[in-house]
Amino acid sequence: MTDMPLSRPTDMADRKPSASLLEQDARTKARNAAEKRFRLYGVAAIAISMIALVVLLATILTGGAGAFRQTYLNIPVELDAEILDPKGNRDPAEMAKVLTLSYGKVLDAAVEATVARHGLQIEGLSEKDIDNLISKEASAQVRDRVLAEPELVGQTVEFDVLTGGRIDGYFKGRVTMESAERDSNTSPQQLQLAQELADRGEMVTRFNWNFLRYADASDQRPEAAGLGVAILGSFYMMLVVLVLAVPIGVAASIYLEEFAPKNRITDIIEVNISNLAAVPSIVFGILGLAAFINFAGLPQSAPIVGGLVLTLMTLPRIIIPTRAALKAVPPSIRDAALGVGASKMQSVFHHVLPLATPGILTGMILGLAQALGETAPLLLIGMVAFIRDVPGGLPSGLFDPASALPVQVYNWTQRSDPAFIERASGAIIVLLIFLLCMNVLAIWLRRKFERRW
Amino acid sequence: MSTVKFTVSALAVIAASATAAAARDQIQVSGSSTVLPYATIVAEVFGENADFPVPVVESGGTGSGLQKFCEGVGENTIDIANASRPIRDAEREACTANGVTDIMEVRIGYDGIVFANAAAGPDFAYTPAAWFNALSAKVVKDGKVVDNTAANWNEVNPDLPEQEILAFIPGTKHGTREVFEEKVIMAGCEESGAMEAFVASGMDEDAAEEACTTLRTDGRAVDIDGDYTETLARIESSPNGIGVFGLSFFENNTDKLKVGTINGVTPSTETIASGEYPVSRPLFFYVKKAHIGQIQGLQEFVEFFVSDELAGPDGPLAEYGLVSDPELAATQEAVANQTVMQ
Repeated sequence: MTDMPLSRPTDMADRKPSASLLEQDARTKARNAAEKRFRLYGVAAIAISMIALVVLLATILTGGAGAFRQTYLNIPVELDAEILDPKGNRDPAEMAKVLTLSYGKVLDAAVEATVARHGLQIEGLSEKDIDNLISKEASAQVRDRVLAEPELVGQTVEFDVLTGGRIDGYFKGRVTMESAERDSNTSPQQLQLAQELADRGEMVTRFNWNFLRYADASDQRPEAAGLGVAILGSFYMMLVVLVLAVPIGVAASIYLEEFAPKNRITDIIEVNISNLAAVPSIVFGILGLAAFINFAGLPQSAPIVGGLVLTLMTLPRIIIPTRAALKAVPPSIRDAALGVGASKMQSVFHHVLPLATPGILTGMILGLAQALGETAPLLLIGMVAFIRDVPGGLPSGLFDPASALPVQVYNWTQRSDPAFIERASGAIIVLLIFLLCMNVLAIWLRRKFERRW
Repeated sequence: MSTVKFTVSALAVIAASATAAAARDQIQVSGSSTVLPYATIVAEVFGENADFPVPVVESGGTGSGLQKFCEGVGENTIDIANASRPIRDAEREACTANGVTDIMEVRIGYDGIVFANAAAGPDFAYTPAAWFNALSAKVVKDGKVVDNTAANWNEVNPDLPEQEILAFIPGTKHGTREVFEEKVIMAGCEESGAMEAFVASGMDEDAAEEACTTLRTDGRAVDIDGDYTETLARIESSPNGIGVFGLSFFENNTDKLKVGTINGVTPSTETIASGEYPVSRPLFFYVKKAHIGQIQGLQEFVEFFVSDELAGPDGPLAEYGLVSDPELAATQEAVANQTVMQ
């Protein structure tokens, strides 16, 4: 290696006699080899990131696919008038005093009757095993139906109820006979019973729309937990961000790029905007708590506050690409507009802005996508919480407590029941689908409206 | 131009909404992550049965919950703080300074702390002394205070399996850590006679206690700052590890974990209720009396929480792993009378 510089003149001297283009000399070979190596590094880098992506997606998809399927049991329930309407007057106000816990007993009797009707006798099967076949959510389902239609009391009505989390897990392969041996919440006998009921067509596993509609549920009912409130909360927040961040961001960029004088103050503003884009998002959460909740008196856990915080976070991320898009419009367009007598504002709004639209839209959608995936700023404003009531319609719903998609993922991974891990992966899949849609839309808009000079 | 109009109207919407922030309908709860599952179970059943919205339950730890609780009185502050330990004097003072004076303390039951290893591992029969000798930074050997070098469990107690010492214990921000130090490490320190030896070696009482609860830092006692799911994940990746869990978490994961006994007693709601199993602690929540009547449904929610149907021995909370309080009737009475802390 050390004699490389020395060898160079001899190389040059060597080349002259055999200077054929078809024959590669040592230096060309070295250069070609270097290029080949560099390409190899590139391919390796891509391969590593592809492997990481595939492993990530595979883990999430295998773990979360189960959340989109759910097992139900179809049972006739005898709505015992003595328990459900002790006064016997079918008055919903009186009947509302009967708690779901009493409905649980009615359902226990119904499940036991169904098992007896099929003549299923399994050795070692306890009464608790039979009662726990169905979810605790079922009692709320039956109570709601009965209070809505009090005349049903005394009759036998068919209900399609959720099965318990472990039973559901068995049909999805998450719970096995071996794990049930050691599991205190189920038993092999219970799983055997579930299998018998499934063979007789009473228990079916089908696509689970309710995963996208139901609200969060407590640790005791993973099977009833859904993303309804989280999707609505995320939607409301994105609406607030769209309504606020886009006009403010675009207006700021147009002014800074087209009208503002280039002086110290605009320089400072520019540096600050770039800085803000890099501030950790939790800082915006602290700001939101101080400004919107403590000072302005907006309610905790509300999507309006979440939306405002995310607006602050997204603003610099919209301003920067918007300015870049405006800058990319050739000055000749502006000059031509001004040359034919347009005012400065006309030249911007009639010519520059339409040409910059694809870039602005792309920046906007990517900014929104980033805001959609944020959890940290929501932590401090009370949105990382157990929220079960569906927020109301617009605009008052903006002030009702709501959760958000990434928050739901975070919450579910902390629950003790392993069924929630599956739900969390399912929520990640939903979030990824939303993000994918937004990114595809951004690419499509750019392709469709882009103009090259 | 339309952009400008849009911006102005948007700003007007914010201004209007900020002033019209409507009265809060739902109860706000925050605090201990140990109490969180119980609070969500109660909130869920409360929402189903009462004509009130489902309370919003946040977690984040006992300390931060009580801090939020003590920020003041009014709709923008929380109504209930969950706690896995009693409120401290300093926290009471902070409360008083901010005008939060009438506080109701409600004990909902007891929670057991269990030690569990991977289901495929050997059975463990611990004693507090074994835990102390395994994890303390300084131990007593042949009457002398020396650095802890024990590498295997059978070195600290020949009856324990030959497995390397590796414990995943809750980090210092958790209320569970305090109970672990007090009821296991401290008890073991006294039981094994190390406490006396520390005092005999010239330390005063406080320094000896400090020496008892100072854990080794050579990587055998690993602090877990996350929650029990993180501890479980660590055990799954290093099967020789032993984790500290809440009883309810263990009961939901009996297929993956195997629990160890303490002084020969297996943890269960029964042995904890009877006091045989030594490592347990009471769980509380604190209510602002000033909010009762202001926030609709608050009194009803508190009464519902401690009712026999929920917190009793046959209720859903006990089913989930809460050890129900034998003195629940007294708590119910105190809640009905809105008795505040003195």
